[in-house]
Formats: sequence, structure tokens, C-alpha cells
Amino acid sequence: MILIGERINAGFKDIAAAIREKDPTAVTKWAVAQAEAGADYLDVNIGAASRDPADMAWLVEVVQKAVPTKISVDSTKVDAVEAGLNAIDGRGCLINSTTAEPEKLEKLVPMAVEHNASLLGLAMDEQGSPQNVERRVENAAMIFMAAVEAGLPPERLFLDPILMPIKFMQEQAVNVLDAIEQFTHLSDPPPHISVGLSNIGNKVTERGRVIRTFLVMAMARGLDAAICDACDKELTAAVATAELVLNKEIYSDSYVRAFRMRQGT
Amino acid sequence: MTVEIPDVTKSWPHAISAVTIGATADEGGTRTSTITVGGETTLPFYHFEGDMPHTPAIAMEIWDIEPDDWPDPIREPFAGVSGSPGIWAKACVDEFGTQAICLRLKGCDPNGANRSPEEAAAAAKAVIEAVGVPLIVWGCGNADKDNEVFPVVAEALSGENCLLGTITEDNYKTLTALGTAYGHKLIAESPVDINMAKQINILALDVGFPPENLLIYPSTGALGYGIEYVYSIMERLRIAGLKGDKVVAMPMLCDIGIEVWGAKEARAPESEVPGWGDVLQRGPMWEASTAIVYLLAGADLLIMRHPEAVRMTREMLGRLMGGSE
Repeated sequence: MILIGERINAGFKDIAAAIREKDPTAVTKWAVAQAEAGADYLDVNIGAASRDPADMAWLVEVVQKAVPTKISVDSTKVDAVEAGLNAIDGRGCLINSTTAEPEKLEKLVPMAVEHNASLLGLAMDEQGSPQNVERRVENAAMIFMAAVEAGLPPERLFLDPILMPIKFMQEQAVNVLDAIEQFTHLSDPPPHISVGLSNIGNKVTERGRVIRTFLVMAMARGLDAAICDACDKELTAAVATAELVLNKEIYSDSYVRAFRMRQGT
Repeated sequence: MTVEIPDVTKSWPHAISAVTIGATADEGGTRTSTITVGGETTLPFYHFEGDMPHTPAIAMEIWDIEPDDWPDPIREPFAGVSGSPGIWAKACVDEFGTQAICLRLKGCDPNGANRSPEEAAAAAKAVIEAVGVPLIVWGCGNADKDNEVFPVVAEALSGENCLLGTITEDNYKTLTALGTAYGHKLIAESPVDINMAKQINILALDVGFPPENLLIYPSTGALGYGIEYVYSIMERLRIAGLKGDKVVAMPMLCDIGIEVWGAKEARAPESEVPGWGDVLQRGPMWEASTAIVYLLAGADLLIMRHPEAVRMTREMLGRLMGGSE
């Protein structure tokens, strides 16, 4: 399971302030905490706090100084993504994200190829978020084809079926599960399949439970990546346990500890 | 008609760690040679797919006492030297060209000679002074006694970067502390059980022992005595390591001689088993065959006894590594 740590995002007040004041303290703190918790990628997002691509470069540089972890450059703006990629020091990175819209694919797919980056594609188009399984699969296939044609192999592609809050769109969770399974048939080996996990728990009282339970169910259908709170120990323990049940990891009595040790060294 | 042969090579995301045993004068020891094992980026001998940067190594086994229960075929090559560790080790190096010595402290066994930690350290020092190759020291197997013996032995060998073993779930704390304090590598043992193989590594790493200083010993069975179980465990450990499970991405060791020479097929004289052929040939061949199977399973370091078995294994190893036939 590929964990993409969500915490360095200007949607959080401490990160927004850090970007505004160019104070690396909070960014460094969260980079270290998420890396130590076992995050495979650290997502960095300047959000609505900034319109300046240079802020993305700054964020990437601060994270790179703190930890050796791979970076997910997260922006809807192409110029901010490019500024982030240009600041990458040669480590692995992920573009987060494109959609199935042709004008985005035309720019971001070649950018991923050129920068040796992976690419995350949201299964949505100009009509917005899909409301059924079919739209999700059509959009994912569109992104998949654009990637393959440009020479981006499936192991560098992440497809996201668009997870929605269960409190407001309860019927969509099961559609996402079905879509995940269909995404696995796109190629062999399949592309990575990722969700923005915290979305499902938006405004939910039993947030942690909903997130963990969904994650485990989705892993059983083929999900192998998530943008999530990597510092949530109950969540990572659930991931470690699901990997055991799916026979992806060799059992050991201290398997949760082993899961958290997998980074570093 | 042309037949397309599909390219089945794959690239693995992670490498097995490389472990060096022995320290030269420049490195704070007194060894004139060292061995490095591991470092693979592919399955054993898949030279078409990835790298196998270090040829698996063979260490010859000696004891701190006269090995009374060894059968004739392996007593004979060491006649006159066994029982004296320094002289025995020197014969292994001078006559048989061994790359490393494994000193088994059988004499410390409380159910046997019950020798003291100081006597064990003296035996180890005798070997270190007699030869320049790296040294492996294997305890008597009694966890309590090994915990008394190793503090003295590890200190006596300080700086020599020896390989000490074994650690198990019951006794890893003492040995990991000694390995760190005196600069030695360790063998992590588990009883033909992949889950326990992983667990002992987690325990050692969790107390801060560096992963690049560990070798996996998943137990060894002689040909005909469970070899296929160990083989499948080693294969699975290696695949998991190459796939990125860092907790098991270590070189593996097989203790060949002690298992083979306990087996009837290697020991029994032809008079007892008519039709099995001359035991002087059969024994070493049983040991070499066992060794080669384990090399194919992914073994990086073999502990062996019979000089002829070592010679045959080395020859096969040369071919497997791409040398001329």
C-alpha cells in the first residue's frame, strides 16, 4: 500500500501561515512526522493560499531538506505543478493531478514523462465528478490511454475514482468500490489505484471508523494507494493488517511494527 | 515462421543488503582478507536480469574440541589437526584455500565438555592469530550458556568484524548489544518458519541493530531431510526482500556440514548399506549436492565441512557465476 501523506496542505492553517511567512517550521515538522509514520510520498499543496508558483517550489525545497521521502506535487494549476517539479532534487515524485479533460492531459502527461514523474489522474471530466461506475471507468480509460500513448507505463500511473463524503452521497461509496475493481482490469500489471481517503469522512462523527473500514474494503477490491493521514496509527495498523490478510506481506508477530519500519533504512 | 520469445525479465525495486565480514588493519582489525556477501538485485544466478555482485562464500567449519562424533570420511582429512583450533584453521586455509573459518564452540555445551567462556575466547584468539581470513563464531546452541560465553568471546575479538551467532527470539538482546559494542555482525536464526524469520529480524532492528549487519539463518535441512521446506522459505524471503520488504532483505546463511554429516546417507559405510557405494565418495557428494541446492535457493554464505565437498561446490559456483566450464 502506497501512503501519500496529506498534511502539508495549505488547507491547514499552520501550513497556510508557513507559506505566507516563509517559515519552514510547521512544514518540516509535518514532513518528519509523516515520513517517520511510514508515508511513501508527501503531498505538498499550496491550495488557495497562494497563486504564486514560486511558493510551490519553496514548499518542495523545505520538504526535501527535511526528509528523503518522495514528493507528490499537488495543484490544479499547471504552472504550479511545473514549478514544483523543477524544484525536485532527483528523487521520485508524483504529479497530483490531471483529470480526463483533454487540455489537462495534453500538458500534464508529457510533463510527467519529461520529469520522470508518476502521474495521478482523477476520473472526472469537464462535467465534474462522476455519479456512477461507468463514467468513472470511461474517464479512467481516457487517462490510461493518454498515458500509454505518451510512453508513461502503468506503474507510473495512479487512477483515482473520486471518493465522496458518505454523509452526503452515501450511494457513491459502493460505486467507487466497483470502479476500483474495474480499474484493475485496465492492464496487467494494473496501474496504481488511489483515493483521497479523508473525503469519505467529511463531517462524519465517526470519522476514523468510516475511513478505516472503507480503506480495508477498498484494498480488498484492488486499491493500492491513498492520500491520507499517515500519522493516524489506527489507520496504518488497519492497512498493515489488510496487507496480511491479502497475503501481500509475510506474517510476523510484530507485523504492525514491521509495516512502520518499511521506510527509512 | 518466427517465434517471438517474450521478454520475461523484470526489475526488482529493492536490493538485498551486502554484508562484509572481517576487518583488515586499515579497518581496525588484523584480517588479511575479508568476504562480502549479498547485494543481489535479482534472484539467484539470474545474471540476465539483475546483478549478483558478490559470489556466495563458503566457510569451513572447525570446533573448539575434538569432534568425536564426526564420521570417518570427515575425520580423515583433518587427522592430526582437529582438536587444536589454530592448527585446524591454518590447515583449512593452507591446504584447502578456505575464504573464512567458522568456529563452532561445541565445547561450551553444558551437556558436554562445558568449557568456560575464557576457554572459548582462547580458542577464538588461537584461530585469529593462526589465520588471516575472517572468522565466524557459532555458539553451542544453549541460549543461557551462549549468553555467558559471547560477552567474553565478542570482547576478545573486538574490532575483527566477525560474524557471531545465533540470535533467536529468546536471546537477541545480549548479542545485539555485543555486536554493536565490539563491531561484529550477527546471524538471526529461526526454526524453518518464515514468520519467525521475519520476527527475529524485526526484534533485532527494533533495538537499533543495523539491518546491514544481519544475516538470515532460516535453519538448514540436509538433502532428504526437509530441504524443500527450507528452499521454499528462502525463495519466499528473497522474493519479499527484492520486492521491498526491508525487514527480510538480508543475505542468507546455510549451515550445511552439521546437517549433512548427521544423515545416514553421508555417514553409513557401504558394509551397512550395500549398493549405496563408497561412503568416502558418497559423503562429500551428499554435502556438495545439499550445498548447491541451497545456492539455488539464494544462500549467500555456506558453512561446510569436507574439503572435497567444498571443492565441488566452489567449482559449480564458478560455473553458476558465469565462469568457463
